Amino acid sequence: MTSEAPDLRGPDQIFRAALDEGRVLLQRDPVSGTLFFFPRATIPGRGIGTPDWVEVSGSGIVYSTTVSRRRPEQGGNRNIAIIELIEGPRLMSQVTGIDPEEVKIGMPVHARLEHSEDGPVLRFAPAEGAA
Amino acid sequence: MSGLRGAAAIIGVGQAGLGEMPGHSALDILGLSVSAALEDAGLTLADVDGLFTASSFHSMPSVSVAEYLGIAPRFSDGSMIGGSSFVAHLQLATMALMTGQCEVALICYGSNQRSAGGKLVSMTEPQPYERPYGLRYPIDAYALVAARHMHEYGTTRDDLAEIAVAARKWAQLNPEAWKRDPLSREDVLSARMISDPLSVLDCCLVTDGGGAVIMVRADRALDFPQKPAFFLGGATALSHRSIAQMADMTTTAAVQSGKAAYAMAGMTPQDVDVLALYDAFTINTLLFLEDLGFCPKGEGGRFVQGGGIAPGGRLAVNTNGGGLSCVHPGMYGIFLIIEAVRQLRGSCGARQIEGADVALVHGNGGAFSTQVTALLGSEATL
Repeated sequence: MTSEAPDLRGPDQIFRAALDEGRVLLQRDPVSGTLFFFPRATIPGRGIGTPDWVEVSGSGIVYSTTVSRRRPEQGGNRNIAIIELIEGPRLMSQVTGIDPEEVKIGMPVHARLEHSEDGPVLRFAPAEGAA
Repeated sequence: MSGLRGAAAIIGVGQAGLGEMPGHSALDILGLSVSAALEDAGLTLADVDGLFTASSFHSMPSVSVAEYLGIAPRFSDGSMIGGSSFVAHLQLATMALMTGQCEVALICYGSNQRSAGGKLVSMTEPQPYERPYGLRYPIDAYALVAARHMHEYGTTRDDLAEIAVAARKWAQLNPEAWKRDPLSREDVLSARMISDPLSVLDCCLVTDGGGAVIMVRADRALDFPQKPAFFLGGATALSHRSIAQMADMTTTAAVQSGKAAYAMAGMTPQDVDVLALYDAFTINTLLFLEDLGFCPKGEGGRFVQGGGIAPGGRLAVNTNGGGLSCVHPGMYGIFLIIEAVRQLRGSCGARQIEGADVALVHGNGGAFSTQVTALLGSEATL
């Protein structure tokens, strides 16, 4: 007889480990079915119960965007965007692979996982076939 | 009826170090503003037994301020919800006064932000799900809101420029304002872009400055030299910490704080004679005019056009010149209150709104994270 060892990882660890494998996991309120971001140990607005983990598509649209202007020695201009995933939740990220000025609200984007010294980072690129 | 309406009043205000005060610490500037408020109220420091303060310089703000001033208050609060904290303190002080926790409440703030290097003192720890992207806090967050408002409602950079110009025109009527040179919409539109669509002239000033406000129970309010400004209603609403968590990026929790404050005061926007709105960026003024019921959602741009909120316009907004042109030492909330009180006293000189009896004060903190509305009124409103 075997029993599965309990998962002792915290929610942020689970989220990042999945990102490392190229998957985007979000949490869900098992009662209402509502997905939410950011990862946490409790369900926002409910307080009791345990959130489920759900793998999402990584597809979304740009909900808002800005060009955060910096001098070249500070890394140059960068995009900062709010992405609304097609499953509903919004998160902060960056759209990369195009000029920051070219990122437009409503633009379809898809998750692109990048690795940094601090671990995996979820960024987005214009979706295939989107202008 | 909450019992808070008209229960306490502001009987003293003071400012210090507006603009630039080199060689002074944040607490020095705070202390000088407290001296000015005590003098205004005809009180001494020994009379103060309630202390309300907040700071991004001190992790235990009420403790540091009490030590500096040399007081041991019977009741104190150092709740930190950003620049709106001091407007929230009006309600807390009223509650403390009416329940006998203190007799004289002091609300105060000081900052040497400009002289200390002109950098924004970061009042926020990095948010874990923002940090990898290098969000420049807070302006990038406000820019994301402005961009979304433009997308949904057709608001333009010219609308935002109109707000900056209106603030400057008021500042030109205020000898204490830091920026008083002429400013045109073209100047704003051609200014260096910081975070699209916000240019450097869509941003508040970086100045030094301190402010202090003294409150007593209403039954004592007429015993002091100055005309009292009564607390008529107030409410605080919290909505998000990180901008990505803002439920509707074009509507702030000012909708909730405003509704509750109007209800407590038994008033509507039509009753308000003068407004002090926390304008850390031009987009703030526009959203608060909408969310506090002065124009429909999405109409803020049209409302401010044609000098709508400039001197002589349809609504008197930020008559001191605001955070955009008067003073903005990291947190601006205390100055909203001071200008509202001065308008209700009738002491604003060239920028006075004749017969102002009701002032709306609206504080903002974080990245549209905390919204605090208060209504203040002259004796005639009781």
